Amino acid sequence: MFAWLNQIVQVSWMNLKNIPQRLGTSLVIVVGIAGVVGVLTAILSMGAGFRATLGKAGYEDRAIVMRNGATSELSSGLSREQADVISGAPGIRRDATGKPIVAAELLVIADLPKASTGTLANAAVRGVRPGAFLLRPEVKIAQGRLFTFGTREVIVGKQAATQFDGLKLGSRIAFRDSDWTVVGIFEAGGSVNESELWADAEVVQSAYRRNGFQSVSVALENASALTTFKDALTTDPRLQVKVSTMKQYFATQSEMISKLINVLGYTVGLIMAIGAVFGALNTMYAAISTRSREIATLRAIGFGAMPVVISVLLEALLLALIGGAIGAVLAYLLFNGYTAATLGSNFSQVAFDFRVTPALMGQGMMLALAIGLIGGFLPAWHAARLPVATALRAE
Amino acid sequence: MNTATLVSIRNLVKTYQRGSEKIEVLHGIDLDIPKGDFVCLMGPSGSGKTTLLNLIGGLDSPTGGQIEFDGDRIDQMGSGKLTDWRAHHIGFVFQTYNLLPMLTAQKNVELPLLLTKLSASQRRQNASIALQLVGLQDRAKHKPSELSGGQQQRVAIARAIVSDPRLLVCDEPTGDLDRKSADEILSLLTQLNQEHGKSIIMVTHDPKAAEYAKRIVRLDKGTLVRDPA
Repeated sequence: MFAWLNQIVQVSWMNLKNIPQRLGTSLVIVVGIAGVVGVLTAILSMGAGFRATLGKAGYEDRAIVMRNGATSELSSGLSREQADVISGAPGIRRDATGKPIVAAELLVIADLPKASTGTLANAAVRGVRPGAFLLRPEVKIAQGRLFTFGTREVIVGKQAATQFDGLKLGSRIAFRDSDWTVVGIFEAGGSVNESELWADAEVVQSAYRRNGFQSVSVALENASALTTFKDALTTDPRLQVKVSTMKQYFATQSEMISKLINVLGYTVGLIMAIGAVFGALNTMYAAISTRSREIATLRAIGFGAMPVVISVLLEALLLALIGGAIGAVLAYLLFNGYTAATLGSNFSQVAFDFRVTPALMGQGMMLALAIGLIGGFLPAWHAARLPVATALRAE
Repeated sequence: MNTATLVSIRNLVKTYQRGSEKIEVLHGIDLDIPKGDFVCLMGPSGSGKTTLLNLIGGLDSPTGGQIEFDGDRIDQMGSGKLTDWRAHHIGFVFQTYNLLPMLTAQKNVELPLLLTKLSASQRRQNASIALQLVGLQDRAKHKPSELSGGQQQRVAIARAIVSDPRLLVCDEPTGDLDRKSADEILSLLTQLNQEHGKSIIMVTHDPKAAEYAKRIVRLDKGTLVRDPA
């Protein structure tokens, strides 16, 4: 066993020392695999970023109530009376004055020009009441001030401020036949709320000629209070509602986009990986072809076929690993933190940062190794089966 | 098999398949090589001498007949066992030296010792002795590209003898060398045969090289023409 391992080490070491003489062909594997891993990691980092952005608002001790059958806030609708009933349900945390922390909100769409293209895109406008800020203490005014309730003033999430044109502090924007003044820019802990515009719920209702709300979000006493809260609402004959934690809600919201991105990523990655496998096959066959006499000499001297197979495989794996590492690092350097926006489930723009996570980089490296293994196996097998007597005389 | 016989070949047949055609290269060869012999295999191109040499050296397997090496039937060995057998019993010298270009002379000579349990320092020591024997101890750190053809062949001979094999299998060892270098190599082989008891079988086209051998075996169209032993 020791002799066998020693053979593998020695033959592999000779192979690796020989790489500089075959730098050009070896680079085919490295560059090819770097491309595959880089592209796959970059695409999947979109999904990771999108999930993370929606996940940041995904608290377990907050619940959202919508009309039964609604898949998102936009397709939901609750009357003022229903909102009042919900506010009185058990399990809701109370503020210092003993009032339940509840945010009855409506979500509407405004057409605003995108900063990147100038074309109109859907911006989410959330009509909120004071409870919204108690519910979401992570919301902080970064610039300017909070809008004055009862006026046509808005505060703008910091992602929305960069995604859309004309949302600078002090700007006046027009939607729903009226002018609105941007009086503040807010942060919300990197959550999806940063892609929204917030204004007084009553003013938004008036502008959009609505009377009710679309959702009621509440702070729960604790995560386990959900059952009490949910049971109270679902058994109340005045209500036809569905209750979920914010975590469940945003997980569902991110699922479709995430799936789409993953399908895209894996499809593109697979196609590129097939190309990279052929590149690796070509390179390793070339490496073996130029070294067939050396391999035959080693075999004649008494080196076994298996150490030769393993040494060729190790070379392919090492080159793949280098390529994978380069691809993953490049994806990290170029895309990690890059901000993009897509249509969320509320048909409004959701801005998110690409997240090149260690898990994604690890996944990319695994793919690189798989390409190296597949691309190296056939040439390695071929090397081991070279007729020694013939290969000894190869030029 | 006579105890003085190192290699005993009986009714050896080798056939190659080329497409649907079968080509018989050796037609029932009988040959004995005594221990300590220096045999030269000669014959025109295509006569089957290299095929016979490869079969004796265990680089190929016969289609029929038997090859016995010091009592062991190597024609019955599988590929893996034959590889081990070669490592223990055969030293190869090739026409084009077949040294590994990225290794120094010393490291090339050490190669067969990597298959043994010798320590690194023992390997170094044995390789130095082998290089000394071929007169190249001062070239130990040189790579093949820094050596002349004759020097490279001497390194190849040092590699062939370093693990102390019983038989040296030499395929046109002077085919790529000038006369002077060829004579030096042949003298070295004679020295190994006479002073160190190495049995040698050598294929050559060169009648002058053949004069160094103790006897000449001629092949023509896959048949032994004359075996003076």
